[in-house]
Amino acid sequence: MNKKPSFFESAASHVVLVLAVSFALYPVLWVVALAFSGTQTPSPRVIPVPEAPTLAHLSAVVGATRKVDGVDIWLFGRQLANSLVVSLATALVGVLIAIPTAYALARFRFAGKESGVRALLATQMFPAVASAIPLYMILNYLGLLNSRTGLVVCYASTSVPFSIFQLRAAFEAIPVDLEEAAMVDGATRFSAFVRVVLPAARPAIAVTALFAFMGAYNEFILAATLLDKEEMFTLPVMLQRFIGEYDAQWEKFAAGALVVSLPVMALFYVAQRHLVAGLTAGGVKG
Amino acid sequence: MASVTVTALKKKFGQTEVLKGVDVRVPEGHFAVLVGPSGCGKSTLLRLLAGLEEADTGKIELGDRDVTRLEPRDRNIAMVFQSYALYPHLTVRENLAFGLKLRKTDAAEIEKQVKRASDMLGLGALLDRLPKQLSGGQRQRVAMGRAIVRKADLYLYDEPLSNLDAALRAQVRVDIRKLHDELGATSVYVTHDQVEAMTLADVIFVLNKGQVEQSGAPLEIFDKPATKFVAAFLGSPAMNFVDGALERAESAWVFRAHDLVVPVDEATFAGGLEPGRKVTLGVRPHEVEVAEGGEETTKFVVTVVEALGPETYAHGEIAGAPFIARVDARRSIKKGETLPLVFRSIHLFDAATGTSLRAR
Ligand SMILES: Nc1ncnc2c1ncn2[C@@H]1O[C@H](COP(=O)(O)OP(=O)(O)OP(=O)(O)O)[C@@H](O)[C@H]1O
Ligand SMILES: [Mg+2]
Repeated sequence: MNKKPSFFESAASHVVLVLAVSFALYPVLWVVALAFSGTQTPSPRVIPVPEAPTLAHLSAVVGATRKVDGVDIWLFGRQLANSLVVSLATALVGVLIAIPTAYALARFRFAGKESGVRALLATQMFPAVASAIPLYMILNYLGLLNSRTGLVVCYASTSVPFSIFQLRAAFEAIPVDLEEAAMVDGATRFSAFVRVVLPAARPAIAVTALFAFMGAYNEFILAATLLDKEEMFTLPVMLQRFIGEYDAQWEKFAAGALVVSLPVMALFYVAQRHLVAGLTAGGVKG
Repeated sequence: MASVTVTALKKKFGQTEVLKGVDVRVPEGHFAVLVGPSGCGKSTLLRLLAGLEEADTGKIELGDRDVTRLEPRDRNIAMVFQSYALYPHLTVRENLAFGLKLRKTDAAEIEKQVKRASDMLGLGALLDRLPKQLSGGQRQRVAMGRAIVRKADLYLYDEPLSNLDAALRAQVRVDIRKLHDELGATSVYVTHDQVEAMTLADVIFVLNKGQVEQSGAPLEIFDKPATKFVAAFLGSPAMNFVDGALERAESAWVFRAHDLVVPVDEATFAGGLEPGRKVTLGVRPHEVEVAEGGEETTKFVVTVVEALGPETYAHGEIAGAPFIARVDARRSIKKGETLPLVFRSIHLFDAATGTSLRAR
């Protein structure tokens, strides 16, 4: 398997890869072209490039402000903060709940375990939208509409089951011997968990947190249902508002889409190492 | 360090009774080996000693401490796992130091103990590597190091060599014995490899179906197996068995199976000799010799010859039972040849219960 590929093999694989990448990037190129074009409706072309390049749309989206209670606030900054805070909190809360649950499911036998797992699995069958109306009513009752907290509660409740399944698999892949060795070495069950299991599961935990973050960051329908004040919007809701019923501001939508993607791209870049390790988490060796 | 005393220890998993009242006593500083076939409860006994499983009934004492209901961390025991169980995210140095850190040993002392252990095991060059960067043999040594770095009352080993290849296993076996002679630590070692058991042990416990079938010094057990099971388990190639019955011929006792007649020494088996008693004759391959000058016990037709170099094994049949005889490697024997054999030493077991007829 370590044989160097021949020239032909190498060339062929490059051709295939270039084709695949262009196929994936082509729509993105259109978005880029749209975002930086100065003309009203750019004409369709085979190779999308901006016409009369301008940063106007970008600065219009990013620089958006709005008067709230007589004070000018930086609307975009507020919405970005909403998105980041809600997504981070969702990931954090979700992982914090999922870790102990998944560990218990992976290691202990207790009454109701099987039916509990089945119930968790059942919740995964319904799309989150199905619960939009009850969630709206509950949050309304709790006074959490139009709040970051309310959104975090909803998002975490949908991301936790999936996180649990992911982490349970990760914990099951870690040999019990490791914990037992730690306990013989002088650890309590809890410190064996903290000092040995958690570090060994770190890649899986990172991936799980990233998934939860992404889920929350991209979520639109619940956010659009539960938020109606512009300064409480998350970025997906903000984006959608550029495409009104009468005039669709595609250039702004495109510029906004690019800006919105940046944090995710940055996050993936940073988490790359964990991601690769996490996707091969089964390879944890004793 | 301390002695180990296990009394009437029982353990069930659900309905299966895995240990049915085990008694084990290992004097301080001794190296005990638990042997037995797969599934006989060796690992379970070791895990009970470590505190990783809880005993149903019975008692485990370390020195004068009753540890039966203590948590693993309160027993002061070190253990080498079959899988090595090295902490994957820690370097070799951190793996060794892990237990000492948990016990709040001060940094200078940790440094000193890690150095001592790594010198003993030749781990010096590997201290900053992660477990995944080590070969199987190196991992095994790190696992050993993690145990000996601590001053434990008892050291437990669960088949620590089973993941090594044969050559390495033979070498590490010697290293472990050397290490024990140096440290003099009370140890309990589990294996199903009878060579490991014979070479490492001060005292062997042969486990069968959740009970200690026989215990004692290796050679004592080897020479005087108390049951057919123990006789069959220790020794390679295994002891030969022929079913037959006892008879009194004129003034002497004999074992007879078809045309095979073997004289039985009355003093050795006093008390067990009854005419017509159904017994199994046991003869180890090395307890037979090619007869010179008419003293032969039986004739033996060689069907397969295994020449191993230092010795040669001749396979054939005696009284309808398969039989292996060790013959001098310098004597050239051929397939189909008939050898006159004489038995130098024999064992007799009750055919029904398998217990030895040897007088105690
Ligand atoms: N946690 C458990 N739950 C149920 N049964 C178990 C458990 N652990 C062991 N057993 C059973 O107990 C018996 C003894 O197991 P044990 O691991 O002690 O055998 P062993 O002598 O170490 O065998 P080997 O040489 O194959 O390692 C086996 O029949 C096994 O199936
Ligand atoms: Mg075992």
